[in-house]
Amino acid sequence: MSAPQIVLGLVNGAFYALLSLGLAVIFGMLNVINFAHGAQFMMGAFVAWMLLNWAGIPYWGALVLSPLIVGAFGVVLERAMISRLYKLDHLYGLLLTFGLALIIEGLFRNGFGSSGLPYAPPEALSGMPVDLGFMMLPKYRLWVVVAAFVVCIATWLVIEKTRLGAYLRAATENAPLVQAFGVNVPRMVTLTYAAGVALAALAGVLAAPIYSVNPGMGSNFIITVFAVVVIGGMGSILGSVITGFGLGLVEGVTKVVYPEASATVIFVIMAIVLLARPAGLFGRA
Amino acid sequence: MTIDRRSLLGGAAALPMLGALPFNSARAQANNTLKIGVLTDMSGTYRDGSGPGSVACVRQAVQDSGVTGRGINVEVLQGDHQNKPDVASTIARQWIDRDGVNVIIDVATSSCALAVNSVVKEKNSIMLNSTGATADLTGSACNPNTIHWTYDTWMLANSTGGAMVKAGGDSWYFITADYAFGHALERDTGEVIRKNGGRVVGNIRHPFPGTTDFSSFLLQAQQSRAKVVGLANAGVDTINCVKQAAEFGLTRRQKLAVLLMIVSDVHSLGLNTAQGLVLSETYYWDLNDRTRNLANKVKGSMGGAMPSMWQAGCYSAALHYLKAAADMGVAAARASGAETVVRMKAMPTDDDAFGAGSIRQDGRKIHPSYLFEVKTPGESKGAWDYYKLVRTTPTEEAWRPLRDGGCSLVNT
Repeated sequence: MSAPQIVLGLVNGAFYALLSLGLAVIFGMLNVINFAHGAQFMMGAFVAWMLLNWAGIPYWGALVLSPLIVGAFGVVLERAMISRLYKLDHLYGLLLTFGLALIIEGLFRNGFGSSGLPYAPPEALSGMPVDLGFMMLPKYRLWVVVAAFVVCIATWLVIEKTRLGAYLRAATENAPLVQAFGVNVPRMVTLTYAAGVALAALAGVLAAPIYSVNPGMGSNFIITVFAVVVIGGMGSILGSVITGFGLGLVEGVTKVVYPEASATVIFVIMAIVLLARPAGLFGRA
Repeated sequence: MTIDRRSLLGGAAALPMLGALPFNSARAQANNTLKIGVLTDMSGTYRDGSGPGSVACVRQAVQDSGVTGRGINVEVLQGDHQNKPDVASTIARQWIDRDGVNVIIDVATSSCALAVNSVVKEKNSIMLNSTGATADLTGSACNPNTIHWTYDTWMLANSTGGAMVKAGGDSWYFITADYAFGHALERDTGEVIRKNGGRVVGNIRHPFPGTTDFSSFLLQAQQSRAKVVGLANAGVDTINCVKQAAEFGLTRRQKLAVLLMIVSDVHSLGLNTAQGLVLSETYYWDLNDRTRNLANKVKGSMGGAMPSMWQAGCYSAALHYLKAAADMGVAAARASGAETVVRMKAMPTDDDAFGAGSIRQDGRKIHPSYLFEVKTPGESKGAWDYYKLVRTTPTEEAWRPLRDGGCSLVNT
């Protein structure tokens, strides 16, 4: 239960938070359960790899370009398919995005194999780990925690404190009224989906140097991330960020106390939380 | 759409006919057809090392065996068991009962291999296992219907583990995949360490599949202060472990023993991270003229990748099976799996993958094994030029002595 394990848990928590944040944004605004989120996370990592190996664009460029490219793919996806499902039950959106995830993953697996591709961290963040006194932490992991934290705060500020965010929240409550004020609601919804997808891709670029870039990386994360979102309360931005980091810690501690259970501990917590608070910790019933 | 009662009844009546169709066609061509089922991981962590490449190698073996020229049809089926033992045994049963499959080849993942091992015995069919590693297949779980082809945990433990202990690595900490394979590899390596005067100071077992972050486990290994950290896992798990061990600077004070790593894993890691690792394999494409010959034949159908030892093992196993089946006659080979295995054991093996070899009473295929060191980026002259040969282990040292396995087929 030492301090190093808590720090490592925070690193994983950073990924959970970033991914569940994107999911919460999409669910909150579009009412779509985006099961393709893991595949979009994986695409972010692959686009970073392609930018480096095919176009010579290094990590820092990929950090900006990859979310834009995958976000643009999100726009196409939303316009072509997802937008047709808003009037139907949630379940249709879930099935569509789940199918899309399987297809995207299959295509990447056929093209690149399953064992992954190497992607080195940028020069400035590689080399000797940082000595924190109680442990040696690789610089790159420290950067991931900081970057994820900043992005989470920024997203929360945009949604809660800006005019754009106010429109968004208003549109989810009463879309026709907001449209009557002259706001182009369908375009806003499309861009919100793209923004959620871009967040997943950004997490993918951050993950690429730690885990090898491989087609399964998204599906390994996504089940856990869904549990995080459910525990935090579907659609709650703050809830998903706090539970993301929190469950990363719990998982980290489990890896020391009883490693065999580290893959299941989050689901045990989910079961307990749902029994006590069916809407999740931060959800509105 | 509405369904009236008539079309519903008509559909229901047609269903059994649909089911019967492939069955009939299978019967019609049964007399001179041999069916090989390649049961493997097509979508998960072991896909690149076996998967579609194993199927390509089996097809190459069919072509090289020349049996089609002698009027024998060979059909190759493929199945994805998703690394789940229940799925593996379901597919195996369907293949044998419904499709008339005569031999099941590859079977990645030890837990799946053990499941199929009991199915083939029950049905008097055959499993030629190339990718599953557990040495129990020729030990406590051995049977007259299974041959364990390419390698096993005992060989890995003695070759890599033995070399590390002799080089001074006498205290070990294990990071083990929590299933049949990881347990067997940890157990077999532990025995080698103790036999050579070393000791195991601790271990952790991580969930399989589904672990991507190993940093916490690596940190525990670091704190144990063992001289060697042994990785008793494989595929993407090992790749992630090696990568993250480098990230945390674990290799500055401790040595990493990759007990099972194959050439496609090295390809995926890149030489920058993999350089200097010591590992054991029984096939490497650039070992000699014959191994290069095999690689050149199959790499076209593998997207330019070089075959791994698992895939080469599938080639070798399919080739030897077809030789034996042609020798004893298709009807006899189809009639009894155990009889065919007896014939295969009686014939010496010889192929481009492993050279000359034999099959022991307990079902252990015998050929030399090799200890390799991964080259530095400077030493590598091109794509897939990854290994330096450190040592060739002669066959009598490479495999567990016949009487130590506890196999019931061995007459003492």
